[in-house]
Amino acid sequence: MRSVAIVSAGWYGFKPSVRDLSFREMMFEAASRAYNQAGIDPRRDVDAFVSCQEDYWEGIAISDEFAPEPLGGVLRPTFTVAGDGLLGVAQAYMMIKSGYFDVVVVESHAKPSDIVTLQEIYELAYDPVLLRPLGVANPLFIAGLDATAYMKKTGTPREAFAMVASKNKKNGLSNPRSSFAGDVSVDEILDSEPVVYPLTKYEIAGYTDVAMVFVLASGDKVRAFTDNPVWVEGVGWSTEVGTGSIFLHEWGRMPSMRMASDMAYRMAGIDNPRRRIGFAEVEDGFSHLELISLEEARLASPGEAYKMLEAGDLAKDGALPVNASGGSLSLGVPLEAMGLTRLLEAYLRLRDSFDIDSNYALVASWRGPPTYTSMSVVLRGEAL
Amino acid sequence: MRPNIHVKDKVAIVGAGLTLFRRRMLETSRELAWEASSMALESAGLTIRDIDCVVIGTAPDAFDGVHLNGEYLADGAGGLGKPTVRVYVGGGTGVFVPIAAWWHVASGLCRTVLAVAEEKMSPAHPHPQGVFAYIWDPVLERPLGPNLIWIFALEMRRYMHKCNVGKEDIALVSVKNKKNALNHPAAQAAAEITVEDVLNSELLVWPVNRLDISPVSDGAAALILASENEARRITDSPVWIEGVGFTLDNTHWYNRDLAYPRYVNYAARMAYKMAGIERPWRDIDVAEPYDPFDYKELHHIEGLMLARPCEAPRLLREGHFNRDGELPTSPSGGLLGVGNPIAAAGTMKVAELFWQLRYEAGARQVKKPVHRGVAQAWGDLMQAGTVIVLGN
Repeated sequence: MRSVAIVSAGWYGFKPSVRDLSFREMMFEAASRAYNQAGIDPRRDVDAFVSCQEDYWEGIAISDEFAPEPLGGVLRPTFTVAGDGLLGVAQAYMMIKSGYFDVVVVESHAKPSDIVTLQEIYELAYDPVLLRPLGVANPLFIAGLDATAYMKKTGTPREAFAMVASKNKKNGLSNPRSSFAGDVSVDEILDSEPVVYPLTKYEIAGYTDVAMVFVLASGDKVRAFTDNPVWVEGVGWSTEVGTGSIFLHEWGRMPSMRMASDMAYRMAGIDNPRRRIGFAEVEDGFSHLELISLEEARLASPGEAYKMLEAGDLAKDGALPVNASGGSLSLGVPLEAMGLTRLLEAYLRLRDSFDIDSNYALVASWRGPPTYTSMSVVLRGEAL
Repeated sequence: MRPNIHVKDKVAIVGAGLTLFRRRMLETSRELAWEASSMALESAGLTIRDIDCVVIGTAPDAFDGVHLNGEYLADGAGGLGKPTVRVYVGGGTGVFVPIAAWWHVASGLCRTVLAVAEEKMSPAHPHPQGVFAYIWDPVLERPLGPNLIWIFALEMRRYMHKCNVGKEDIALVSVKNKKNALNHPAAQAAAEITVEDVLNSELLVWPVNRLDISPVSDGAAALILASENEARRITDSPVWIEGVGFTLDNTHWYNRDLAYPRYVNYAARMAYKMAGIERPWRDIDVAEPYDPFDYKELHHIEGLMLARPCEAPRLLREGHFNRDGELPTSPSGGLLGVGNPIAAAGTMKVAELFWQLRYEAGARQVKKPVHRGVAQAWGDLMQAGTVIVLGN
């Protein structure tokens, strides 16, 4: 069976507003950095290119027209996934596993600072028959409902969400890519006005401009590009409800995250994730999601993630460091590139600092609101 | 890329479903997706519980008017609670959906995949062409207010000039395909017409007349893909996916050689290489080239190497591409006859090959014995080529 590894990554941006470059130039910068790092000539060494983007975010119908040039994918196998970057990683993983492709590039980018009508675009994500007539333009209320339901179901105290935000914002202080990090105390968060009950502005991630490029290669090609690959041991993805079927959503839970993670664990041969996973980068675009994601990914017992948080297990130096990079709350949310920003943090950590106790990492991301699609990737670092 | 690969799981198509192609269907996009999916499942004797993964295809989100369109269609396409992904290469999506579904199975991750493509163009006001106002480069082209038919008129004109072809030669494609579609139960624009009818129809942008173009359509199509083991259990006559290929050219359509679709050619070479086909003009028995405009079918036949450059019009005149000819093309009736719900139209072409290769096409069955077929779609700003080779 062929194995799959990440051999290099390139990124550009991580700023709330990139003013000097267009989205295409950002893609080019990120791609050049990824190729340079691995000594790759995209015109010769790469078999296929995957770009992850959505038309409405781009403001261009058929936005894949603009994918090939900045990546070096002109007149080569190039296509788009209308979804998060981790879905692109899943495609690349399968393409390499099929035996036909050896080197696949995955790209995703976002420039929310260019979007004048973000709110209206969110409104277009609602089902036109069932939800749009309600006139609730802001999808954040869905996250608020989930947070409330989660508190009620599990008995998680409100303070736990503030603790997540405080932890992640502090973690972000040592990460050069975090625009939204800060030394914020739990009390400060609890005292601020909720944006959508119970979440305050500290607990909802801001938007950031990013272009991300990853190069994945099959096991027998890896050594040509790098001495320290990070292996993709498993991928999983699942759609729980779409915009037209949100009434099927189980409030306060995220079964899609459970399915995606289980799929990835199964592929990686991990029976007991709590023992094997050394650290995790999970979705925290809303603070409560970190706790839900941990439970659904079986890294915490149901309803008990907040106890781990209170015991300090999730801290940077804890038993299971979660979002040590600062998470989305520090890095910001770059729309469809969100999953890749988190993959980057896990990749860099596994590549640069080998630690036998934590050489498996889980990256779990989520696409929404108002939809629920989850993606998980299990990574393994190797001894230098 | 590796030729002659040993794929872990050979991949077969075991079922197909197709809704009516019509303008102004009353069903919503999700309902259309559901209709096609359930027909495909039924044809394979499966239920949605037997499906491991779902691949969805739909072209510009603006037709449905819904953001995150893959998730919007997910319930109709049977994708809830399953690994579901939406892939996208503009107009080439229809053939790309089974290509992406191919590696879902070939990688060993999924045993059965439902590949669904849907498009609902007619709700766009005042005309679906309005959506295409947003496909251009926002800085260089959009301010000029271009229209898709203009650039295809340029391309058609270039092809006519380079290959010394007249409008009446090209009109024969429309005559052939609309006639073929008379036998297609889902067809929207089937008709018994003559070359004169095409030449005398309303002139849109010279040299493009109304009957040179496929109609605005709503519709959905679905396929079931399965690994070899599953396929053998499901059916006695699986249709194997032997080769896949896809290529995206750059954004600058105006810098291209408009008379020859290099992007289709590269995609075709990739698919033929994988299928071990060296002489496609002899090894391919039936073809479904993408024909949103009539000249496009000729263009693509040449890109697919089923004819030499500029040779297709002559072969067409000689009846080479008729249903009872040497190399039947678009025996379904194609986009010109059956209709053009963008993503679904490409998948319809793959479904037609599936039926032809199983000898299930009824009155549409081509006369010669068939072993291998090729389907192709094309999209974006004259830049995407997607090709799939099937065999029985």
